[in-house]
Amino acid sequence: MQIDRRRFVNGALGGGAAAAMAAWFPAWAQSGSTGITAPVPTVSGNDITLRIARQTMRIDGKLSRAIGINGTVPAPLVRLKEGQTAKLTVVNDLDEDSSIHWHGLILPFQMDGVPGVSFPGIKPRSTFTYEFPVVQSGTYWYHSHSGLQEQLGHYGPIVIDPAGTDPIGYDREHVVVLSDHSQISPEAIFRKLKVNPGHFNMQRQTLSGLLAGKDQSLAERIDWGKMRMDPTDVADVNGSTYTFLVNGHGPRDNWTALFNPGERVRLRIINASAMTIFNVRIPGLRMTVVQADGLNVVPTEIDEFQIAVAETYDVIVTPVEDRAYTLVAEANDRSGMGRATLAPRVGMIAEVPPLRERPLATMKDMGMGNMDMSGGSMAGMDHSGGSDMGAMPMPAGDPSCAPEHAKMGHCTPAGDSGAMAGMDHGSGGGMQHSMRDFSVAPQVKRDPSVQTISPMPVDRMGEPGQGLEDVGHKVLTYHDLVALERNPDVRAASRSLDIHLTGNMERFMWSFDGVKMSDYHEPIPFIEGERVRINLINDSMMSHPIHLHGHFFELVTGKGDRSPRKHTVLVQPGGTASFDFTADALGDWAFHCHLLYHMHAGMMRVVSVRPKGDGE
Amino acid sequence: MTRIALLLAGIAPLAFAVPAAAQSMDHSMHGAAPAPTPAPSPTPAPAPTVPPATDTAADGSMEQMDHGDMQGMDSEPAASTCAPEHAAMGHCTPEAEASGKDASDMGAMDHGTASPSDPDCPPEHAKMGHCTPKVAAPMAGMEGMAAASSASGTDLPPGDGVAPAPPADWYADRIYPKGEMEHSRHEMMKENGAQTIAFISFNLAEYQARKGRDGFRWDGEAWYGGDINRLTVKSEGEGVFGEGIESSEVQALYSRAIGPYFNAQAGIRQDFGPGPDRTYATIGFEGLAPYWFEVEGALFLSNKGDLLARLEGYYDQRLTQKLILQPMAEFNLAARDVPESGVGSGLSNMELGLRLRYEIVKEFAPYLGVEWARKFGDTARFARAAGEDANGVSFVMGVRAWF
Repeated sequence: MQIDRRRFVNGALGGGAAAAMAAWFPAWAQSGSTGITAPVPTVSGNDITLRIARQTMRIDGKLSRAIGINGTVPAPLVRLKEGQTAKLTVVNDLDEDSSIHWHGLILPFQMDGVPGVSFPGIKPRSTFTYEFPVVQSGTYWYHSHSGLQEQLGHYGPIVIDPAGTDPIGYDREHVVVLSDHSQISPEAIFRKLKVNPGHFNMQRQTLSGLLAGKDQSLAERIDWGKMRMDPTDVADVNGSTYTFLVNGHGPRDNWTALFNPGERVRLRIINASAMTIFNVRIPGLRMTVVQADGLNVVPTEIDEFQIAVAETYDVIVTPVEDRAYTLVAEANDRSGMGRATLAPRVGMIAEVPPLRERPLATMKDMGMGNMDMSGGSMAGMDHSGGSDMGAMPMPAGDPSCAPEHAKMGHCTPAGDSGAMAGMDHGSGGGMQHSMRDFSVAPQVKRDPSVQTISPMPVDRMGEPGQGLEDVGHKVLTYHDLVALERNPDVRAASRSLDIHLTGNMERFMWSFDGVKMSDYHEPIPFIEGERVRINLINDSMMSHPIHLHGHFFELVTGKGDRSPRKHTVLVQPGGTASFDFTADALGDWAFHCHLLYHMHAGMMRVVSVRPKGDGE
Repeated sequence: MTRIALLLAGIAPLAFAVPAAAQSMDHSMHGAAPAPTPAPSPTPAPAPTVPPATDTAADGSMEQMDHGDMQGMDSEPAASTCAPEHAAMGHCTPEAEASGKDASDMGAMDHGTASPSDPDCPPEHAKMGHCTPKVAAPMAGMEGMAAASSASGTDLPPGDGVAPAPPADWYADRIYPKGEMEHSRHEMMKENGAQTIAFISFNLAEYQARKGRDGFRWDGEAWYGGDINRLTVKSEGEGVFGEGIESSEVQALYSRAIGPYFNAQAGIRQDFGPGPDRTYATIGFEGLAPYWFEVEGALFLSNKGDLLARLEGYYDQRLTQKLILQPMAEFNLAARDVPESGVGSGLSNMELGLRLRYEIVKEFAPYLGVEWARKFGDTARFARAAGEDANGVSFVMGVRAWF
């Protein structure tokens, strides 16, 4: 209780008061809340009209400027049926260009809705009609791909019902759209990030913290200071300015999902935030994950999961007691939370757990791998790739990359991380890695936008996420996901491509391979039908949810032909993530970090899929 | 319901436990499983079959584990019961559905020879997640199942093919009017990384209380530009109430990012005030040094051939999130005496300051502080000759602000 009181008082002292209180408020403030049970309004059928316009919205009683669709934020639930042809007429009532991108939908590229890539955008006071066959089912979402409109509320859920029977059995469903909202305009947020590094961070390490024995020791602080790295830099924009929303409602509004005890309740959880990675849990209820990014996975039971921006997870919960439960969507830097209630009746509430201690970045988050490695020369490894490891000529007791080490990410077969090649771990002891050694990543441009290069990145797809290592219960990792259906293309990738996620937190510059979108207009080319392994290497201390338009990709997590298929993958700080994908969707597609202000700062590319010999 | 339980029991080891060797085994069998259908059902899900404590250990503590133990593991008798350290790593699951033997036995199991003709999903395979009771409609590609005793999908290593050449045109131009696409493409590329920003800040804007007449001082900077190239204007100066400005200067600089933390700057400096209004050519740097020191340095060559140098820096010590103690130092040097402006050669003067500010918001922070200034050598002599003190202490009160 001590910590929470302190946080509350701290927050109340100054400008962050409103946000801090919204995120954590005393019991008396909750008691009056009866909850809002209205779901997101639904549109469906063969001819849907969506009207984009400026509006206001009321969050925790406070009026805010917003951009909504058909008068609501989030935008209406677009409910489609697999096999139908979707016809969506979008009217832009704004005074600026707008667009709608159908996130995760497989469709012709000219219907993908990215201005400047897939179409020219929708001019002010004009109309654009999207028309495409619906070839999939599951939970998706849609949002603006113009400027920073998404931050203002231009996002909404999509649910596509399967043509046949749904393999997921449930008695009731609720769509849960998580998002973040600020009273400050998105343009102002971006500018503040640019001119004042760490502007929104109100959880820095302080001298009073040091004296109280909190956070890093003095020696560690000096080490990190030498590197000009702030371990509290977890979320660029956070609860100091954001209110975290569930279906457009603040924590005090307390959006409430009803159930009858004993029902299997399907929660379709969508992270439509501009910048916020959430840790989601329902104290007292286990969740069974049945779908990730719209595609079914083998049910897996967990207590908590991290949902990156733009990801979706469907979970089944089965509350049997006649009581309320709190759905907690805690920002990954613990600067605030979105809150909703699951209850048998309106007006019931459950205890809202206090925010947990904020995480501090570690050496691993700076791409130093596991610094406690016992050594042994990786150079001696048989880099034949994960699948062959069983056949590796590895004498028992070989100190190099033993399978169980590989599993834990202590060493990585070369196929998973191109950056490991050529590193000499045999030297052991020293571990004095340069933080900006371009020889480790020759393709990265030597540029002020590159603050650091991970000297020793490891595959972190088996980890639950920052601050979730020791929470005392089961947290989902990508390694827990197994596709329910066999992957449609199980060929080996014919080639691999490394892409470095680079940035400079002091200048708020973000890029791929050290080059911003604005500085490099050439697309990343793929031949139609080719299968390619992409290794994403995070050279920064921030998490990046990377989204590829128009395709699903299979995560390389040792699941063979049951690899989980996703449209967005979170690459953890200083780590790597790999996926195989089949470039089967003709056309030009956007590929970017889904943290809105990272993309806006340049962390984006165009991917082009062409028939062999076309367009050269 | 027990089927779901079975399924869950299968997932846990798959996620954490199965050694890589086991994973490389025949995944293509997955689909071959005929479907014990875990029928979706409205009845409550069963209690977790894997004790949460096990999950936690498997999850959180692997990294802390002694590697020596682990390497020894595979050679341990397969039939051993589920030793705690195995369980902790998720190598076996104590009791519940999966027996310790089944799980810890995996390394020794010969999956390579598992007969593809065996159409059933044997329980021990299911437990390890090697096959999955089918839930959905018939699996695409089932016919391919029987074939492979080798890895498939993402378990296969990538080839070494080369990337195609990037296309020379834009696909959307084939569908939409080229002119419209050109325009929106230009906007999109500019929008994602090429913003220009205007910024103005006052590091110091203060009242100085001291022996004799009180004074004032400012030190500000403004810039306009992008991430790399900027036009920067700096101004600083001081004065005495009732006597006006003592000294002041304005610099107009081209600033260019030369590294992740530093900008190089070059331009001109113009002095104003009671002394000679000299003009200087300027070259300098500004940036963030290791240990979070904000530093700035410049060389000034005047139109009279005088060479001056300045080095300054400060450090923000956060006492709390909003209360910040800022020690700062400034040194001025000259190549030779410049009597007209009262500057002596060598280290001419030094200022040390300590300011405590409170960030009401980050953009606006009032402060209190103390500043100690000292002139050296000929500079001190010139000052005394002019009837001024060579040393002085001021108590300062001001505001640090930016817009």
